[in-house]
This record gives sequence, C-alpha cells and structure tokens, in this order.
Amino acid sequence: MAVALKPDRVAQRAGAISLRAVRKVYDPGRLDVVAVDGWTLDVASGEFLAVVGPSGCGKTTLLNGIAGFDPITGGEILLDGETIASPGGSARPSADRVVVFQNGALFPWKTVVENVAYGPIVQRRLSRPLALDEARSLLQRVGLGEVADAYPSRLSSGVQRRVEMVRALINDPKVLLLDEPFRALDAIAKSVMHEELLKLYDATKKTIFFITHDLDEAILLADRVVVSTTRPARVKHILAIDLPRPRSYRMMASAAFLDLKRSVADAVHEEAEKAFRRGERELA
Amino acid sequence: MVDATLRRARGRIAWSQLVLGAAGFAAFVAAWWLLVHFAVWRFSKLPDPFSVLREWTSRKPEYGISLFAPTYYQDIWASTVRVTIAFLLATALGVPLGILLGWNRIAREFLFPLIELIRPIPPLAWVPLAILMLSGQQEAMIFLTWIAAFFATVLNTMLGVTSIDESYLRAAYCLGSRRWDVLWNVVVPGSLPFIFTGLQIGMGVAWFSLVAGEMIAGEAGLGYLILNSYMELQTTTIVIGMVTLGLVGFLSSALVRWTGRRLMTWQSH
Repeated sequence: MAVALKPDRVAQRAGAISLRAVRKVYDPGRLDVVAVDGWTLDVASGEFLAVVGPSGCGKTTLLNGIAGFDPITGGEILLDGETIASPGGSARPSADRVVVFQNGALFPWKTVVENVAYGPIVQRRLSRPLALDEARSLLQRVGLGEVADAYPSRLSSGVQRRVEMVRALINDPKVLLLDEPFRALDAIAKSVMHEELLKLYDATKKTIFFITHDLDEAILLADRVVVSTTRPARVKHILAIDLPRPRSYRMMASAAFLDLKRSVADAVHEEAEKAFRRGERELA
Repeated sequence: MVDATLRRARGRIAWSQLVLGAAGFAAFVAAWWLLVHFAVWRFSKLPDPFSVLREWTSRKPEYGISLFAPTYYQDIWASTVRVTIAFLLATALGVPLGILLGWNRIAREFLFPLIELIRPIPPLAWVPLAILMLSGQQEAMIFLTWIAAFFATVLNTMLGVTSIDESYLRAAYCLGSRRWDVLWNVVVPGSLPFIFTGLQIGMGVAWFSLVAGEMIAGEAGLGYLILNSYMELQTTTIVIGMVTLGLVGFLSSALVRWTGRRLMTWQSH
C-alpha cells in the first residue's frame, strides 16, 4: 500500500503531541470517576506510539481528549506546541488529527469513494468533482480501486478498515488516532491489516497514536509501547521497541521480539488481573 | 459475482410464498362464504363473497357502485386527494420538525412535552374544533388526516436522529465538518430509515383518520360511501368500499416503501 501524498506536505515535519499531566474525571463533584490520571508523555513527530491496557482502562478517554471529542478536566494537551485541549478550553475535533474507530465509522450511505472524498469536500479544500477524482486515484494507488463505487456494507471488515485509513490520510493529517481499529477482525485479517498499516506508516511517517489491548500487536507496530494501568489510566511502563523497520509479521517469532514481550508481559498481566478482579473486563 | 446471485434470490418471491399467500386468501373467502351460507349467528345479514364480487364487477350494479360506475371513482379520487394533501403536509412539516427536535436540545426541551401531550388526543376528538377552526369541510377533513400522520412522522424522525451512532458524528467532525455539513451528510441520511418507518405509519393512520372523518362530516369519499350504504342497507356496497380501502391503503404504503428503497439503495446491499 504505497501512499503518494503531495511532496510539499510530506516535507513538513509536524505532529508532535505533548500530554502534560492530563486528567479526566467523569461526573466531577458527584460520582467522581477518574478515567485518566496524570498522563505526561511526549510523542515525537512521526513516531508510532502504542498504548496497551485492559479494556475499559481509560485509553479511549485519553484518545477522545486528543481528538477533541471530550473536554479534559486537568492538565493540557499540545500539538506542535499549540494547546489543543485544556480544562477551560473548548474541545474541538479537527482534520489535523483524524480518528479511525473501534467499530469502523465509514458512512454506510456513501460509497467508498464518496467516503474518502468527504474530508476535502467539507473542508472546502477541493470542489466535489476534484475531491472525488483525487479520492478515486488514491484508492487506485493503494489497491482499492475496485471497491471505489461499492457501499461499505458490501466490504469485509478488513477492507472497510483500510478504506477508513485512506479516508483519514487523504486529509494529510498531522496525527492518526487509531482506537483499537482491528479489534473486530479475526486473527488472519488482523495480521494482513498489520502489514498494511506498517506499509502506510513507512510511506507517510505520520505520527500515530494507537490504542490496543493486544501486546503482540503493539510491539510489532510501534516505536514505543506505553503500558497503561487500569482505571484510572496512568503510565505504568514505557518500552522502546528497537526492532528494525520495515517490520514484518515474521519478527513476531524472533528472539528480540520475545525478549521485548517478556520484559513487559508481567506489567500488562498485572493490570489485566486488576481489571478482571474489578469486574470491569467488559467495559469498553 | 456470488452475492449478485444471492441478491437476486432474495428479491424473487418464492413459489411457496405465493402458494401460502393464495391459500390464506382462499381460506378467508371460504370461511366467509360458509358463515354466511349456513347463517351462523347473525352472518346471514352479510353478503357472501361472491355476491360482492358480482356487484363489484357488474356493468349494472344493483346499488350503483361497481368498477363500471363513475361515482365509484369519484369517491376513490376524493379520498385519495385528501390523503395525498394531508400526507405531503405531514411530511413537509413533520420531517424538518423531527430533525430539529432530534438535533437541537433546546428545541426538544421546548417542544417535546407539548407534543407528547397533544399527540395522544385521538383525531376524532378534533372533529368539532376542526370544523369550527377551518372554513370548509374539505379543510377540516384534511386537518384530521394530517394531524395523525404528522405526529407519527415527527416522532419517528426524531427517534431516527437520536439513534444515529455517535461514531458517525465524531468521524464527520474530525474530518473537518461544520455543524451544517453534519446535518446534511450524517443526520439526514442516517435517520432516513426511521423517517420512512414514520411515513409508512403516517400513511396508515392517515387513511384511518380520513375514513373516520368522512363518516362524520363527508359528502364524498370512501368513508362517506360506506356510511351512506349503511344508512341505505346496501351491504354489498359497504364491503366493496372496505375492500377498496384495503387496496388503496396497501398501494399507498407500497409506494412509500418503494420510494424509501429507492432513496436508500445503500441499505439493500
């Protein structure tokens, strides 16, 4: 999946995220559910960062804070030095940080090419015919030309997720926010999607903030893996992944991969058990 | 492609379905005939199915109403015009209002309690006020027909808007939409399935209220025909009127369904 974006845009190195003591409390003053507590972390421009933690631990809350879907209640989030979220400030989603959702959010009433062209059209960046042309040629370049005129419900979940990533990338965002995008896929489709995502990442070098509960997936894909505690989400452990790129699924059987996995497996397991005992396993 | 074949198979009406459907009709007609023929209870007062059919297809109907009688079509036309006007008004006013209620919290909190209080009032209870408020009988009957369809449309549209998956709204916003873009590209198409459910229900209750209205205040129309035939004890004509209502009601609902399917091709795949 080779993505050719406009060279002048690729040249700008942007997309550094700074999390400064980010905190999110639901229903403050009454129930006081602390979902995220004191996240401080810098994600470099072009870095692939994976956050691993049990389901319901607060990872998605953090991602929603970065995306601007939900206001945060403490700390600050910066993108390239500019505050994009803070307690008083209004959270606002923007096309410079596009989210790919857990259950997929392609518009079922639009064809694949209309979905992909959606961003440039609503941003008034391109006229409708030009946006559709660009979407079609981008789809062709990534090998999805054949499904351009299909409705999403006709496609497999794997292809839907690929289309959704193209829909995000056509906007040339600074950051891609991926919220367990492969959760609903079976192991085989997942493995293919990993290869696709790795190729996309190598071609675009976008900053990626990737959330998952799958440690193998995190190690295979990311430059750094952050192990999150279960609710409230705190940074428990940070692991640098020094596996060379381009990466491939074959590395998952390598000694280096297994060493990395061993070094954080206990930390991940400990949090999973805590979450399990709290009966929060099914809360997403 | 495989799924093209599958889709064809789904679109085709199976033989067993046709046979069973026809058998259901036959059983109904047979039961009707037997009940009348053997004069079970007071069924002797009703016409049997074959005399209804004879009268309906007669060139010289005993009571003046048959497929060959121009007045028959005048009644159908009078009712259809009223339902069409009322239904179009209900759609034109109900869909935008439903979208507004689903989309805007202030509008919802302002209007929803009021709507919930007015909605349960049966259309027939509106008859006196409708006659007093509106100048003509035609207007009064259209109002009665409209009011039932209107509430069904408003409520279903609102439900459609509020049941749109949050992810679609979020996806639209993070792709750079303004509120207006989201309304046109997500809210309206996303609630179309519910809107069309509402329109189908609306079409049903429109006929329902129209016939009741025509029985009370009408001078023409299928409801009037039925009531008038009752006064004159022309029972075959009553049944002809009822069967005709069934047919036009079915056709109008089918038309709404068909339009819905045309607008939502994305669903049938």
